[in-house]
Amino acid sequence: MATTYRVEMTGIYKSFGGIHALKDVSFRLKPGEIHALVGENGAGKSTLIKILSGAYQKDSGIIKIDGKVIDALNPYISQKLGIGINYQEFALAPDLTAAENIFMNKLSNSKGVIKWTKLYNEADELIKRLGFEIDSRTLVRNLSVAYQQVVEIAKALSQNVTILILDEPTAVLAPQEAEKLFEVLLRLKGQGVSIIYISHRLDEIFKIADTITVLKDGAVVDTVLPSEVNVEQIMSMMIGRTITTMFPRKEAIIGDEVFRVENLNIGNKVKNISFSVRSGEVLGIAGLVGSGRTEIARAIFGADKKETGEVVLHGNSLRIRDPREAVRHGIGLVPENRKEQGVILNLSICNNVTMPSIRKVSSILGVIQLKKEKDIVKRLVEKLAVKTKCIFANVGDLSGGNQQKVALAKWFSADCRVIILDEPTRGVDVGAKVEIYHLINELAKQGLGIIVISSEMIEIIGICDRVLVINNGRIAGILEREDITEENILRLAIGKRTG
Amino acid sequence: MSKVGGVAVIRKVTLKKGLDFLIKNNTVVVFFVMIAIASLISDAFFTERNIFNLLRQVAGLGIISMGMLLVVLTGGIDLSVGSITALASVMCAYFLVSMPLFPSIILTVLIGICMGAISGYLVANRNMAPFVATLSIMTIARGLAFIMSKGSPIIAHNQGLNAFGSGYWLRVPLPVFLMLLVFLIVWFILKFTVFGRLVTAIGSNEAAVRLSGIRVGYYKFMVYCISGAFCAIAGIISTSRTGVGSPIVATGIELDAIAAVVIGGASLSGGRGTATNALLGVFTLGVIGNIMNLMNVPGYPQQVIKGLIIIVAVLLQGSGRKEGN
Repeated sequence: MATTYRVEMTGIYKSFGGIHALKDVSFRLKPGEIHALVGENGAGKSTLIKILSGAYQKDSGIIKIDGKVIDALNPYISQKLGIGINYQEFALAPDLTAAENIFMNKLSNSKGVIKWTKLYNEADELIKRLGFEIDSRTLVRNLSVAYQQVVEIAKALSQNVTILILDEPTAVLAPQEAEKLFEVLLRLKGQGVSIIYISHRLDEIFKIADTITVLKDGAVVDTVLPSEVNVEQIMSMMIGRTITTMFPRKEAIIGDEVFRVENLNIGNKVKNISFSVRSGEVLGIAGLVGSGRTEIARAIFGADKKETGEVVLHGNSLRIRDPREAVRHGIGLVPENRKEQGVILNLSICNNVTMPSIRKVSSILGVIQLKKEKDIVKRLVEKLAVKTKCIFANVGDLSGGNQQKVALAKWFSADCRVIILDEPTRGVDVGAKVEIYHLINELAKQGLGIIVISSEMIEIIGICDRVLVINNGRIAGILEREDITEENILRLAIGKRTG
Repeated sequence: MSKVGGVAVIRKVTLKKGLDFLIKNNTVVVFFVMIAIASLISDAFFTERNIFNLLRQVAGLGIISMGMLLVVLTGGIDLSVGSITALASVMCAYFLVSMPLFPSIILTVLIGICMGAISGYLVANRNMAPFVATLSIMTIARGLAFIMSKGSPIIAHNQGLNAFGSGYWLRVPLPVFLMLLVFLIVWFILKFTVFGRLVTAIGSNEAAVRLSGIRVGYYKFMVYCISGAFCAIAGIISTSRTGVGSPIVATGIELDAIAAVVIGGASLSGGRGTATNALLGVFTLGVIGNIMNLMNVPGYPQQVIKGLIIIVAVLLQGSGRKEGN
């Protein structure tokens, strides 16, 4: 008898506004297996799991769950079928206890009364089943990220989940915490739960996955067994090209120091950070998520308060208390969270682009010179190749890559001398990525100092001249061009924290 | 056969397009529907006298709503407008006892700005929720109005002011011109100035605006000051029309002003709304009240009907928004 697959997706197509996110994707999940899904950002992993969880609707294709064809999948049905998904951002209520979160949708009995002792006991038991000791009376806010993850998984299990989807679960975890998570996953697998595991970290995939499916540009490259392949083969399947074609050749001439940060401290998060950037140089800041990279950028830009720290631009010490002062001195920030902070989705491209430089396109009395504004925006939209019919289209209607170009264009119009880019290509398709790399390169050629924060190793390696590796809020090391390798960065980023 | 089918499809598409257009411009549609109903119901509606009466009645609300619109665009709300209007009405009459007209008006407007500035400071600098900040100012301003007037209206002795309140130019009541002037100013601000652009942007996404290097606090502060100034003007108009500064005028008008901007399609979470539509919202409310007065509907049912009409108007917008996305 043939195996019944838990999930069998065949010939799935999905497009957003004419762009194919998934093309003829087929995916099968066996009972009690850990199936890894790998691919670059924008390869279609999230789209695929969102279709499975019912958040998106497929355009065409067949989905079978436990052998039954499921036509209209929505989040409710998907949950009924035992599919649980843990998104990268936790969907927990921080001010409720672990137990309340775990049993969120069945807190009370049929009479509408909550039996607290029973609730806590059951929650404790569930957590114990996962091999952890967490007091379920603790507020989620007070739990470490790893423990929050455990709560999240326990929540899924409480809903009788038998197909668990994990989206980059280890991105926020320290190595020893990740090890614990793997134990949990292996235990669940032993209990017959099927797991879809998405991760960028190939080493851990080889450690725990039974099957690997590689996606690239919305299509399946191959589904393989870990024993049949090695890391390099998976890498080349993911990228599909060599790194040199993806990243532009550096042509910028590195000059004198433009920008320097000295002794930056922010509470417990960032300690003693000092570094400098030279003109034409692209300085990378690498480190795990939560290591303090974003905090450094925001403190320099004046978006968050810093305890101590001097910012020096062209030899002059600056006082930056809010983003306005930073912009005035010629420092720009492209924040990591594009939709919440980088652009305003329901305003036009034009309004977004001139936001930091609005005073430059208006008269002294504050009347906007619409013609001048239009000309500037038109030029930038052409220069950055933002794909749009009209500069008055809403940014929300653009694809992720084009939205990010708008976020970048804001600083092209503002005469910046230093630009800080936080995850500049997150959620951007490969084509737009390459264009963004070229734009970064061009800014460097104009003599700007550029700081790029990124979680993507190949990106850091491909575009940076120097890399600052942050570990737990401190500088773990600075790598120069030839020393910038994946091993070196990882070693510094996750190395034992000494002093 | 297929040809007939094709025609049907085309007709369907045009119908859908027309419907989309109506939903998109629902404020205008609602306004004209109200006008149409009004003129069908009562012959007295489309008389010059009634129309200008109506306009004069909504002049104060119109001015207040323009300030409310600016506040709402930033994602805030101003509950203190009615009380500031009453305080201004009282203070204007109070100053006129001992002062000429011009300085009295200036001082009154300054008081309006000051009250708004307190709300603005609390919201922009102390991060207080706009609802709470302006609720406090609402109580304070109303209390001050009663204190200054000792609880009863102050008679305003000024011929110039009274002449303005009851005066006409080209047969249009003078306060109506003031309302149109305020409307034009706000329209211009929103359409052509940095201020208007940023006010709207802040309501859409405050974090993104701040990270673009904009002083978000300044703009949030300013909208409350402007709202206060407009309330003061409305208060002065009230005094000019009635000849007394009364601490009980404009009670509950904050709700009408909010209703007007909402009927005008503004979003209470900020970032969406235009001056023209808000003004149409004001007129719509005015027409509703006017018809019911003409039909001698008693006061209490009037409130119920008004509430129902607001619900319908805003429900229409809800479907418009979904279509838009």
